[in-house]
Amino acid sequence: MVNLKKDSLIIANKKFNSRLIVGTGKYKSMSECAKAIKLSGAEIVTVAVRRVNITDKNKPLLMDYIDPKKITYLPNTAGCFNSKEALRTLRLAREIGGWKLVKLEVLGDKKNLFPDMIETLKSTEVLAKEGFKVMVYCNDDPLMAKRLENSGADAIMPLAAPIGSGLGIQNKINIQIIREQTKLPLIIDAGLGQASDATIAMELGCDGVLVNTAIAKAKKPFEMALAFKNAVIAGRQSYKSGRIDKILMGNPSSPSKGII
Amino acid sequence: MKKIKKIKIKINGKIKSITQDSNLSIVLKNLKIPLNKVAIELNEEIIDKKKINKIKLNKNDKIEIVHFIGGG
Repeated sequence: MVNLKKDSLIIANKKFNSRLIVGTGKYKSMSECAKAIKLSGAEIVTVAVRRVNITDKNKPLLMDYIDPKKITYLPNTAGCFNSKEALRTLRLAREIGGWKLVKLEVLGDKKNLFPDMIETLKSTEVLAKEGFKVMVYCNDDPLMAKRLENSGADAIMPLAAPIGSGLGIQNKINIQIIREQTKLPLIIDAGLGQASDATIAMELGCDGVLVNTAIAKAKKPFEMALAFKNAVIAGRQSYKSGRIDKILMGNPSSPSKGII
Repeated sequence: MKKIKKIKIKINGKIKSITQDSNLSIVLKNLKIPLNKVAIELNEEIIDKKKINKIKLNKNDKIEIVHFIGGG
C-alpha cells in the first residue's frame, strides 16, 4: 500500500496531511460547518473577512466553532473585484492574528465569477513583496499560471469551472500542462460538483482540491464531506500508482494458453 | 457644570455619537469587541491593536472592525 502518511502536501514550507481544503461558506449553521470540516479531514479552511456585527454582539463567531490553533485559516478575498480591495482585505486579515498564508481571489465578472487575471497578477506581486504567502485563484491558462509563479505565488489554484457551478473539470489538458510546468502546489479551486471530480483532479496530478459549495449545498453535507475526503485519497493513490497505457483494442485478462 | 460635547463617527457604516476626545479603546470596549479576533481600520489605515489606548477619535472618523466569517 502507498504510505500516504509520508506523502504530505507542503505549502509555503508548511506540511499538511490532508490534500482537501474546504470552504466555510454556505452552511446552514456554524455547527454544521464545523462538523462537515471534521468529517472531511481538512486541515486548511478558507474564511472571509467581513464587518463585525456591532448591533448584535451575541452573534456566534467562527473562531468559537473552528479553532484556528487546530485548523489553518486561509483568509480569502472572495467578493473583491480589484487589486485595491483585495490588498486591503488581506492586510486586515493579517492583522487579525498574524496570518501570512492567504488566498488571493480577484473576480472580474459578477455573473461568471471568473478571475480578473490582470488585477490578480498585480496583487500577487505586491503581496509577495510584503511577505505574504499567496495561494492564487486563477483561470486554467498555463501562461498566466507561469506569470503568477514568476511573480512570487506560493500555490497555483486554477478553477475547474465557474465558482459554485458544480460542473467539474472542464479543461483537463490545460490542468495537465500547468502540472507539467510547475513544481508549486497545484490546487483545483472552484467548480467541483461531486466527489469523483476531486478524484479526477488528483489523478491529473494536482496536489489538492478546494471545495465549498459541493459539500455545503449537498443534500447530506456530512456524507459528502466524507465522500470528498475518500475521493481525494483515492485520486492521489491512483496517480501515484501509475495508470496503465490506453489502447484501442481489447487485451484479455486471462491467459490464452491452456484454453480447452 | 461643563457640558459634555458629543461628536459623530462612523463605525462599520453606522453613525455613532460618542463623547468628544474619547479614545478608541473605550469605544471598542463599549461595543464589547473581542480584540484578539478582529482587525481595525481608522480612516482606511490599519491600527496597531496595541496602540488603541493612545488614539483619540475626531469628528467624522471612520472606523472599520472586521473579523473572519464563513466563506469559500
